[in-house]
Amino acid sequence: MEFLSFLIKRVLWSVLVLVGLSMVIFVIARVVPGDPARMALGPRATPEQVAQLQTELGLDRPIVAQYGRFIEGLTRGDLGRSLLTERPVNDDIRETFAATFELVLCTMVLAMGIGVPLGMIAAYWKDQWPDTAVRFFAIFAAVTPSFFLALLLQILAGYVLHLLPTTGRLPNSMEFEASTTGLLLIDSVIAGRWDVLGEALRHLLLPAIALAAATMGQMARLTRASMIDVSRQDYIEAARAFGIPEWLRVTKYMLRPSFVPPLTIMGLEFASLIGGAFVVEMVFAWPGMAAYGIRTILQKDLNAVMGVVMVSGVFFVLVNLAIDVMVGFVDPRVRIRGRR
Amino acid sequence: MTDAPLTNAYQNWFRFSRNPTAMIGLVIVVICVMAAILAPHITPFPDHVGAVTNFRARHLPPSSINWFGTDNVGRDIFTRVIFGLRISLLLAVVVLGIAIPVGTILGMAAGYFGGWTEIVIMRVTDIALAIPPLVMALAVAAVLSPDLLHSMLAIASLWWTWHTRMIYSITRQLRTQEFIEAAETLGASKFHILFREILPNCVSAIAVKTSLDCGFVILVGAALSFLGLGIQPPTPDLGTMVAQGASFLPDYWWESVLPGLAILFLALGFNLLGDGLRDLFDVEDVR
Amino acid sequence: MSALLSVRDLSVEFTTYGQTAKVLQGVSLDVQAHAQIALVGESGSGKTVTMKAIMGLLRQPPACITGGQILYDGRDLLMLADRDRVALRGTAMSMVFQDPMSSLNPVFTIADQMTTILKYADRRLGRVRGARDRMARVHEVLAQVRMREPERVSASYPIMLSGGMRQRVLIAMALLSEPALLIADEPGTALDVTTQAQILRLLKDLVTQRGLALLMITHNLGVVRETSSYVYVMNKGRVVEEAETATLFANPQSDYTKSLIAAVPRLTGGTRYGTVTP
Repeated sequence: MEFLSFLIKRVLWSVLVLVGLSMVIFVIARVVPGDPARMALGPRATPEQVAQLQTELGLDRPIVAQYGRFIEGLTRGDLGRSLLTERPVNDDIRETFAATFELVLCTMVLAMGIGVPLGMIAAYWKDQWPDTAVRFFAIFAAVTPSFFLALLLQILAGYVLHLLPTTGRLPNSMEFEASTTGLLLIDSVIAGRWDVLGEALRHLLLPAIALAAATMGQMARLTRASMIDVSRQDYIEAARAFGIPEWLRVTKYMLRPSFVPPLTIMGLEFASLIGGAFVVEMVFAWPGMAAYGIRTILQKDLNAVMGVVMVSGVFFVLVNLAIDVMVGFVDPRVRIRGRR
Repeated sequence: MTDAPLTNAYQNWFRFSRNPTAMIGLVIVVICVMAAILAPHITPFPDHVGAVTNFRARHLPPSSINWFGTDNVGRDIFTRVIFGLRISLLLAVVVLGIAIPVGTILGMAAGYFGGWTEIVIMRVTDIALAIPPLVMALAVAAVLSPDLLHSMLAIASLWWTWHTRMIYSITRQLRTQEFIEAAETLGASKFHILFREILPNCVSAIAVKTSLDCGFVILVGAALSFLGLGIQPPTPDLGTMVAQGASFLPDYWWESVLPGLAILFLALGFNLLGDGLRDLFDVEDVR
Repeated sequence: MSALLSVRDLSVEFTTYGQTAKVLQGVSLDVQAHAQIALVGESGSGKTVTMKAIMGLLRQPPACITGGQILYDGRDLLMLADRDRVALRGTAMSMVFQDPMSSLNPVFTIADQMTTILKYADRRLGRVRGARDRMARVHEVLAQVRMREPERVSASYPIMLSGGMRQRVLIAMALLSEPALLIADEPGTALDVTTQAQILRLLKDLVTQRGLALLMITHNLGVVRETSSYVYVMNKGRVVEEAETATLFANPQSDYTKSLIAAVPRLTGGTRYGTVTP
C-alpha cells in the first residue's frame, strides 16, 4: 500500500521533471538563439521570407503562447519537422530509437552482469590480489574515454584480429526488417531467423563493451563498497553466529541489502550512459538516435536536436522509474517507508 | 598534544605518502599541470601549435626527434599533446570553478533550510540530472556555435547537480547534530552556521569529489571535441586529435592512440588522487 | 564434575597498524550445565572478546589466540577444524545479540531468516524436517518468547516490529535448535528500561524452564543481580574476582569490584563516595 503511494509520488515527480525538461529545451531552442526563423533560413533569406516563417512557426505570438503550443505538440508526440530529412522528427526518432534502445539495454545488462559479481569478488577478498585487480580494472574502465575504447576495440577486434564486424547493426548483405519491436534481438527470434540473431549479437558486442566499460567499473566499485559496508553490520555477524554457511551469507544475506546503492547510482549514471552512446554510435556507425542527433546538430536542425534531447530525458526518467520499482522490490524498507 | 594542526597536517601527509595509488595520482597530476604550464618551453616544436604544414614530414612514426610521431600535415604530435593538456585542464578549471561554488551553496541551503527552499532546489536538481551534460553541450552547440566556451558553459550548467546532491545529504545529516543545534541556541547567524559550521565539515568530501570530477569533466570535454564540438582547429585539442587520427587507423596508429592515451593518463591521475584522498579522509560515500 | 564450558587461561592479542595489544591475559571461567553465570566488566575490559572467542567469531587477523583452551563438553574448541566448529554454532551453543535494531537482516522476513537458520542447523544435526515443519517450529519458538501473533510476526520484515519484539525474535533465533548453552550479550541495553526488564525476565524464565546454561555478558550490575547466581568480574583483560552473586554484592574483595558497586547510582540520590546534586 505504502509502496503504491511511493510509486504514485515518483510518477508525479517524473512528470514534473519532464515538464521542467521541456522548459529547458524550449528556452534553448526558442529563446537562446534570438531568432530561430532567421537561423533556420540562413543569412541570405529576405526579410519577407523570415517574417513568413515566423508566422508559420508562431514566433510572432507571446512567449507563453509559444510554450503552450510547444507543449501541446509534445503531448501529441509532434516534435516538428526535421530540416535535414524533411520528415517529421518523431518518425525519424521512432526509427532510430530502437537501435539505441537495444544498444543501451545490452550495455546495462553487461555492466550489471559483470560489474556486480566483480564487486562481490573484490569485497570478499578485500585487500588481497583479486580486490587489487578489480580496483585497477574499475579505475581504468572509468578513465578510458569511451570513444577511445571504441576505436581501440574497433582496430583490435575488427582490423587486426578480424573477429568481429566494426560497423552497423547487420551486414549489408543481410535482408531483414525489424518490424515488430524494432529490436533485432527480439524480432529475429519472432521471425525464427537465427542467422540474423547471431549477426545482430556479433554486431552488438563491440559497441556494447565500449559503452559498458565505464558503468561496469562504477558498478564494481559501488558494489564493493556497499558489500564491505554491509559485511560490517551486526546482522552478518549474527548470521555467522547462527551457523549460516559462508556462501549463503555472501550471496544472499550480504548481496541483497548491498544492492540498493549501486542500483540507485546506476539510475543517475544513466544520463552519462546516454551521453556515451553519442560517441559510441558515431564510431561504430550505429544507426541510432544519438548518431541521428549528431548529424542534425551539425546541420543546425533545431527541431530534431530538441526532439533527441527530449527523448533522452524521457528515457532517463523511465529508466529511473523502473529502478525505483526494482529498489522497492529488493529492499522492503523502501516498500514500507515509501522512500529511499 | 600541542600544536595539533601541524601534527595533523604532518600525519595526513605521512598517511597520504604511504598510499601508493594516491602518490601515483599526485605525481601524474603534477607532471601534467607543470607540462601544460611550461608547454612553450619544454616542447621541441612550439610553433606546431598553429596551422603549420610540412608535407615532407607527414605521418612519421615515433622517433627520437618526434617522440609521438607526426600528423597528416607533418606537425609534431608530442608538442600538440602537451599543448592539448592546456585545453583539457582549462575546461576542468572553468567547469568546476562554476559548478563547485554553485553546487555547494545550493546544497547547503537546501539541506539546512528545508521547506520550500529544499523542494525547489532539489526538484531543479532532479530536472538537471535528467539531461546528459554531453547532450546539453551538443544542443547548445547546435543553437549557438560549436565553441569551447559554449561547451564549458553548457557542461557547467549541469555539473553542479552532483555537488548539490552530495552537499545536501551531508548537510541533512549535520543539521540534526548537536554542535549545529548548540550554535543555533547561542544565536549564531544563518550565515555563520552555513559557512563556519557546516562548510568546514564538507571540505574533505568536496576535495575528493573535485579531484574525481576533474577526470570526468576532462573525459566529457574530450568526447565533445572528438565529435567536433570543442575548440576549433588549429588549436591543439586531445579529443580532436584522436578524431582526426582515427581516419588513418590502423596504419598511422600513433596519431590517435597517443593523444587518446594522454587523455587516459590525465583522467587516471585525477582519479587515483581522488581515490587516495577518499581513503585518507575516510569519506566512503563520495563518488 | 566437569563444566559444560570451561575457558582455561585464554590469551588473545590484537594486531593493528603494526602494534600489538594484549586484550585477554589468561582468562579462566567455568559454566556448569544449567547454571546462570554473569561476566561483568566495563567497555574494553575484554568481555566481548571472551564471548567472541567462545563462539568462534573472532576475526583472525587482527585477533590472535596466543594461548589457553576453550573446553566445551570436554572438547577443546580451539583444536577443532573450522567445519566442526561451525557445526556447534546455533546448535550446541547459541547467542542472543545485543542490538535488536541492527542484528536482524532488514531485507528478509523473520520467517525467512529463522527457517534458514533452522534448515542449516537441522542439516548439521542430521535431522530431516520439511519446510512446513520448519515453519511450525518457528511459530512454536516465537510463541515461547511470548509473541502474541507468531504468524503475523514471522511474515513481517524487521522494520515493521518494535525494538522489544525484535529482541524477542533474536532470543527465539537462539533457541531454535535447543542449544545447551546460551550466551547473551547485554540483551536489551538498546531498549528502554521497562522493555529491558521484560526481556531479562523472559530470558531468565526460558533458561530456568528448559534447564539451559546461561552466560550473561554485561556491564550492568543490576542485570548481574537479576539474572545470575555466579559472577566473574573482568578488568583490563583479566578476571579480577569471581564469587557467588550474593557474596559479591555483600562482600566484594577486589578494589575494582568495590568501585564498580560504588558506581551504581542509588535511589537515595548519591553514590557511596559522594552525593550527586541534581
